[in-house]
Amino acid sequence: MTPTQHEISEQIAAQAEAYAAGDATRHHPDRAYPPYRSTALRHPRQPLVPVRDPEAAELSGPTFGRTDVTDLDHDLTRQHTGEPLGERITVTGRVLDRTGRPVTGQLVEIWQANAAGRYAHQRDQHPAPLDPNFTGTGRCLTDDQGRYRFTTVKPGAYPWGNHTNAWRPAHIHFSLFGTAFTQRLVTQLYFPGDPLLPYDPILQSVTDADARTRLVAAYDHELSVPEWSLGYRWDIVLDGPRATLFEEGR
Amino acid sequence: MMPVLPPTPSQTVGPFYGSALPFPGGPEPAPAGHPEALTVHGTVYDGAGEPVSDALLELWQPAPDGSRTGAPGSLRRDPTTGGFAGRDGVTFTGFARVPTDADGRWAIRTLPPGGVPYLSLCVFARGLLHHLYTRIYLPGPATDADPLLAALGPQRRTTLLAHETAPRGYRFDVRLQGPEETVFLDFH
Ligand SMILES: [Fe+3]
Repeated sequence: MTPTQHEISEQIAAQAEAYAAGDATRHHPDRAYPPYRSTALRHPRQPLVPVRDPEAAELSGPTFGRTDVTDLDHDLTRQHTGEPLGERITVTGRVLDRTGRPVTGQLVEIWQANAAGRYAHQRDQHPAPLDPNFTGTGRCLTDDQGRYRFTTVKPGAYPWGNHTNAWRPAHIHFSLFGTAFTQRLVTQLYFPGDPLLPYDPILQSVTDADARTRLVAAYDHELSVPEWSLGYRWDIVLDGPRATLFEEGR
Repeated sequence: MMPVLPPTPSQTVGPFYGSALPFPGGPEPAPAGHPEALTVHGTVYDGAGEPVSDALLELWQPAPDGSRTGAPGSLRRDPTTGGFAGRDGVTFTGFARVPTDADGRWAIRTLPPGGVPYLSLCVFARGLLHHLYTRIYLPGPATDADPLLAALGPQRRTTLLAHETAPRGYRFDVRLQGPEETVFLDFH
């Protein structure tokens, strides 16, 4: 039987309590997180096998360049002949590694629902309108300071099948590459003040409150462009070792 | 240098990455017609043994000469249309990306990795909150001598071995959970 929001919220609270009772800081979600029901059959039960090999190929990683991205890819509002519907926003920030070093010239990919909460995807059957002027995918390369920048529209919330009355808060999916394959990250940006944040088992799977805060962009009035768009700032820190960390004696 | 910044948490890739992440030529880093090209294919299974039809696999590997710098051009673009031009047929980028199909199946065509006996594999899926790393070990003496494999029990070791099913063709299944669960790796 499909659980209710109340049952899922009780599970979210139980997971948060269990985390608070421990003393280790966990930055990432546990892959086994019962409130997000799809994790049940899709997480390994065996512990991960540690690799401490400074020669591991995963300490290097793929590179991309200007042949992989066009000048229009960062502007999701200009990929069709007309303007998409919705609230135009700019999202920008820096991609850093855990030592604070900028990740430069690397690929950032995003995807999102349109302003009505509908993806341009055959399997999305949410009865909200598709927007012929919005596909909802973007790419850019980080600059020499590690900065990325996208112009898009604010995505709408959308329903999903995890439980009765399950709604995803508005979010933009992000995919990032560092200088090592071990730094690979796929994550989601959320918007400040969204009333759905506490109800969402995907966001709440990050049981550490500070870590969860790092998934919420900041509204930045200085970034808003008069008569044009609202600005959000979101910095991203990639986890995972790279070759130079090993060389430096990590 | 020690880490000073806390990392941005991972979140699931979800079910709707299809318009954004897969790209034409993504599964084929090997230049067309390359005589050394090898095919690796398999199925991703969940803990009930059901195929996972919305996983996304990424592979990274050194070039045949052992170079680990990679190269741009995996997603090479057509400057006229903005569409995908496909790989240039010459450059080996070391990077592949392939979504599973409705039967949970995937296949890539690549070149032999130089200096190591494995392809590095990163698995994303709906229902997977944090990606998983594993390795596809190709048959050969370097695999037989590999210290990571040697440290595993025989049953677990098997999950990392690709099986030759045809000349230059290998099968590697990924089992996210269950009695034959794939060995997943932690680099922290
Ligand atoms: Fe989504």
